[in-house]
Amino acid sequence: MKLNTLALSAMAAALLVCAAAQAAPQVEVLHYWTSGGEAKSAAELKKMMEAKGVAWKDFAVAGGGGENAATALKARVMAGNAPTAAQIKGPAIQEWGQEGVLANIDAAAAEGKWEASLPPVVNSVMKYKGHYVAVPVNVHRVNWLWVNPEVLKKAGAKPPTNFAEFFEAADKIKKAGLTAIAHGGQPWQDATVFESVVLGTGGADFYKKAIVQLDQAALTSPTMLKAFENLARIKTYIDKDAAGRDWNLATAMVINGKAGMQFMGDWAKGEFTSAGKVAGKDFLCLAAPGTEKAFTFNVDSLTMFKMKSAEEQKAQLTLANAVLSPEFQEVFNLNKGSIPVRAGVSRAKFDACATKSMDDMAATSKGGGLVPSFAHGMAIDTAKAGAIQDVVAKFMNSNMTPQAAVQALAKAAKTM
Amino acid sequence: MGALADTWLPRLVLSPTIIASLVFVYGFIGLTAWLSLTESRMMPNFEFAGLVQYERLFEIDRWWVSAANLGLFGGLFILLCLAIGLCMAILLDQRIRHEGALRAIYLYPMALSFIVTGAAWKWILNPGLGLEKLMHDWGFSGFRFDWLVNSDMAIYTVVIAGVWQSSGFVMALFLAGLRSVDDSIIKAAMVDGASLPTIYRRIVIPSLRPVFFSVLLVLSHIAIKSFDLVMALTAGGPGTSSDVPAIFMYQFSFTRGQLGLGAASAMMMLATVLAVLVPLMYLETKGARHGR
Repeated sequence: MKLNTLALSAMAAALLVCAAAQAAPQVEVLHYWTSGGEAKSAAELKKMMEAKGVAWKDFAVAGGGGENAATALKARVMAGNAPTAAQIKGPAIQEWGQEGVLANIDAAAAEGKWEASLPPVVNSVMKYKGHYVAVPVNVHRVNWLWVNPEVLKKAGAKPPTNFAEFFEAADKIKKAGLTAIAHGGQPWQDATVFESVVLGTGGADFYKKAIVQLDQAALTSPTMLKAFENLARIKTYIDKDAAGRDWNLATAMVINGKAGMQFMGDWAKGEFTSAGKVAGKDFLCLAAPGTEKAFTFNVDSLTMFKMKSAEEQKAQLTLANAVLSPEFQEVFNLNKGSIPVRAGVSRAKFDACATKSMDDMAATSKGGGLVPSFAHGMAIDTAKAGAIQDVVAKFMNSNMTPQAAVQALAKAAKTM
Repeated sequence: MGALADTWLPRLVLSPTIIASLVFVYGFIGLTAWLSLTESRMMPNFEFAGLVQYERLFEIDRWWVSAANLGLFGGLFILLCLAIGLCMAILLDQRIRHEGALRAIYLYPMALSFIVTGAAWKWILNPGLGLEKLMHDWGFSGFRFDWLVNSDMAIYTVVIAGVWQSSGFVMALFLAGLRSVDDSIIKAAMVDGASLPTIYRRIVIPSLRPVFFSVLLVLSHIAIKSFDLVMALTAGGPGTSSDVPAIFMYQFSFTRGQLGLGAASAMMMLATVLAVLVPLMYLETKGARHGR
């Protein structure tokens, strides 16, 4: 750490001499946007910040789920050398808030009128004890069903909207000799299917009670049992080689017509588009069965850490506002396949799935169907989410009965 | 002056190593032990909280699954490596041609990282890609080998890959041991009319006792710390069915923000290591004293 600061000051000094100007204020951002489209998106932010006269120091840590990034961040914070901002989302923001290391960025929020342009549910995630500590970057919708219309046609099935139609279509695809549901048997993917099934079985209010508030009565209710029965049935349509398969390989099965449908968030769209497929024609994006009026969100956000100098604090606020500016929201989300988190961004360049997603988000935000994704760390703290994920993974990979799963789920929800 | 240098120079040269291991091995073991007695969540918290983390640990089904897997994997891995390694060593010891080449072939899996072994066996054992598909393509359509994706059998695929990698190394150790057995004893036994199997059973193998100890030590270490192999081969799956304590510890401490619980599981792993090592080392030192 010492060496780092030394190198930094040396660099700053060199800058001073070379440019013969004031040292630019700097932001250091820890993120795990390292794959192709994501890295491009991060580069846009860097460009914008540099246009505003703020130097950008990249602190990218590879690793999809951000596990490595989280470890690196902990080490930095413990050493008293936190970055300006880090990619942290959901209840983890609260956990960091409790450590007392986050910065108050209410000033940026007031300036950018965040209160008016962000959905209230998203707003509440960004605050710790009533003050903004994080800025949302994008919204992923998780409760999607990706469908290959060719396969449906071959099997003589219709695009499903509820579970009855879904199972009917799946039966037909299975009869046609294809895999009905493409799936990767990794715990987080199991959890992704599980949360869509709970939402589709019980509706948004039930989902909130059971998965967000972890209400014991809801967790042990007949509705939850029904959800596990649906899940058990879904299992029968998944091919036996699914264990350990990566999600993008499952998506590839849908793309090349080996499988009919896949439950996955909208990052799957990137796989379709990079294979040259067109939304609405070569592939369909439907709300997961029974979840037409709901929207499970997964919001990436940059969480701000306390900075010492006034200059750094100012640069931090600049960063926060740049992230929520309509221009950045457009470029970033076009590259990443997600949708803008704020209202008032031009829709001209977004595809059919993205605009449907935007409409649904606006509608569900008013109607109360906008719910946080449990599988992607938005709903409950990591310890509880992990315990529940273990139960779901066990259910998906063993002969556990739905009754036993409900009991195990209720027990896991009591994890501290 | 010279005498002073003679006493102090070795100490001076060795002291950095000693200090480094005191701090980075024993110091951190102490720190982990202390953390396991606190309520640490995402960041370390040094307030004493008693044995709560251990109580929670023993409540978690997944911990018991991983502990049972370690027992199963460790036991089978050590037994099979010993058996296969010893057999191969005895066969190679028969003064055959091309012994050097064969020895290199068997030993070389050890040069691979467990990550590579895991990834390669993951492809070989995947029913849709590897062995099963190959047999189907050759016309044996009834052939089934789906252990990798079967949650009851996945842990055995870890045993297969582990044994494949380590038995050659065990063979090399045994071979070295066999070569060090005094020829004159064997010749004497031959004169007395003992058959070759009897010579091995009654003379050669018993004299390999120290080698057995070293092999057991190394293999049990590999088994208990096994993380990379399982991660690359099954990632603990399907579900959590091939989980081992090392994966459990990593996930709970670093990705689930339960540092205290992770520390408790690490201490349980240390206890396992000690439970295996202490009796072994005791027996070995006792053997050595007898030898003198």
